[in-house]
Amino acid sequence: MSTVAELQKKVKELEAQLAAVQGNAGPVRQKIDVMSSEVVDSNPYSRLMALKRMGIVNNYEKIREMSVAVVGVGGVGSVTAEMLTRCGIGKLILFDYDKVELANMNRLFFQPHQAGLSKVDAAAATLQNINPDVAIDAYNYNITTVDNFQKFCDTIRTGSLTGGPVDIVLSCVDNFEARMAINTACNELNQKWFESGVSENAVSGHIQFIVPGETACFACAPPLVVASKIDEKTLKREGVCAASLPTTMGIVAGFLVQNTLKYLLEFGTVSHYLGYSALTDFFPTMGLKPNPQCDDRFCRARQTEYKARPVVELATEVTEDLTPVHADNEWGISLVDENIPEEEDTSNLKLVDGVQVAYSVPVDSSTPESSTGGAVAASELSLEELMQQMKSM
Amino acid sequence: MVDESTKKTLSSIPLLQTKAGPRDKELWVNRLKEEYQALIKYVQNNKAADNDWFRLESDKTGTKWFGKCWYVHNLLKYEFDLEFDIPVTYPTTAPELALPGLDGKTAKMYRGGKICLTDHFKPLWARNVPRFGIAHAMALGLGPWLAVEIPELIERGVITYQEKSEEAK
Ligand SMILES: [Zn+2]
Repeated sequence: MSTVAELQKKVKELEAQLAAVQGNAGPVRQKIDVMSSEVVDSNPYSRLMALKRMGIVNNYEKIREMSVAVVGVGGVGSVTAEMLTRCGIGKLILFDYDKVELANMNRLFFQPHQAGLSKVDAAAATLQNINPDVAIDAYNYNITTVDNFQKFCDTIRTGSLTGGPVDIVLSCVDNFEARMAINTACNELNQKWFESGVSENAVSGHIQFIVPGETACFACAPPLVVASKIDEKTLKREGVCAASLPTTMGIVAGFLVQNTLKYLLEFGTVSHYLGYSALTDFFPTMGLKPNPQCDDRFCRARQTEYKARPVVELATEVTEDLTPVHADNEWGISLVDENIPEEEDTSNLKLVDGVQVAYSVPVDSSTPESSTGGAVAASELSLEELMQQMKSM
Repeated sequence: MVDESTKKTLSSIPLLQTKAGPRDKELWVNRLKEEYQALIKYVQNNKAADNDWFRLESDKTGTKWFGKCWYVHNLLKYEFDLEFDIPVTYPTTAPELALPGLDGKTAKMYRGGKICLTDHFKPLWARNVPRFGIAHAMALGLGPWLAVEIPELIERGVITYQEKSEEAK
């Protein structure tokens, strides 16, 4: 007699097999041990290795040693994973807990016949078929719960091809909770990562490079939004949570992978923040310094470590990006407007025009919202007794 | 901003004090006690106002919560299962309240039946970390959501009234 756990394991295996079968309809190419720059129609890497010949990238084949974790395999994450796969990345680690749905078909990558499969299994099968040289690990769980968070941290810490930390984590999730969980993990592990996002109205997006202690972390400030030039009061939210466009998601995924490649292969300049407003084709960029009063204690610890390190040339580059892209401030947005009370400490943020915080948080958090309910007094009762009291109501 | 009655409800729920998440071991136990105290007070307030609308309980660790909420429309009581996990980043991030029974029935939900919150929720929550707890999330998030969505779902015929069956307590 099989146990539930055994049956669940069996179902998982069969689902992975089904995903593999559905993805592998046609002929499969053989694995390639060494990237060749030979230009023949059978070499999938010839055009990438040409980057080396042209002097854009010094050591393209180094990409085969690189490991990247992609958290969230939805509209942005799946395209991100496909781009990295086609670029010949060494290892991909995919995290998601969602299933493919027909409602996802306005986005790229997934196909209708994959509906019902877990996103990570379906993606792994397709990607493996596109490029069998990439090592792919797939994890089907929600990283924000206590147990899974620990597994997530362990995987980031030991998931590289050599058993060490991954080279970069890419956040392609669609919610604040998961971003905060990734932020917490990466601050604790001192792990560099990129945050990415598309607004719920589908017409703006951004990427942000986070080097713990050196650049602002996701908890250093309220979420940043690219001004979409839409009056929030006219934005109709009745009847829907979020809209999405394959275009915006594809563009953000492109920005994300482009900057990931620049970081991994050491060419060009990696943007610390790059925004995108679809309605006006506006692309603000800026550097972002960490907040010394950040809520995340590991962020503050990393900042102290970073300050203690001898200054290297790289560190001074950050301030260069602060020049506003549009010096004439055509957005008409200043940091002190009705949404942002003056007590707000955004001085350290130095936001570029066209980018603003989604909301403000008072610096002095000791003054609560008016409450007649008072504060909870220390209870004489034990937790068990309180649980029982609640249950018997 | 938030409507007056929600504001009033919100302000009558005791504020919490301990900033601790489920990874904080002993401090988390303190936080959990505060959560239960605030919830008990909130349910008492609701009963006193003849507006008793939910029950919640958690597992021993206080990270998995489940219960029921109900909504009265045209004198008929509609009841829904309610569940959520406490995320590792709690209380910096609010719990994502879910009504799994309504998953796929309304566009005002994310996967798994997580309810779509208004634009007011996150700023208000962020300004009140760590003073807001589960009771506040219920009052500010789920209460207004039910009031807007349930009548609409009933009118569209997506949910229909069901007599209480034997298995229901
Ligand atoms: Zn920070």
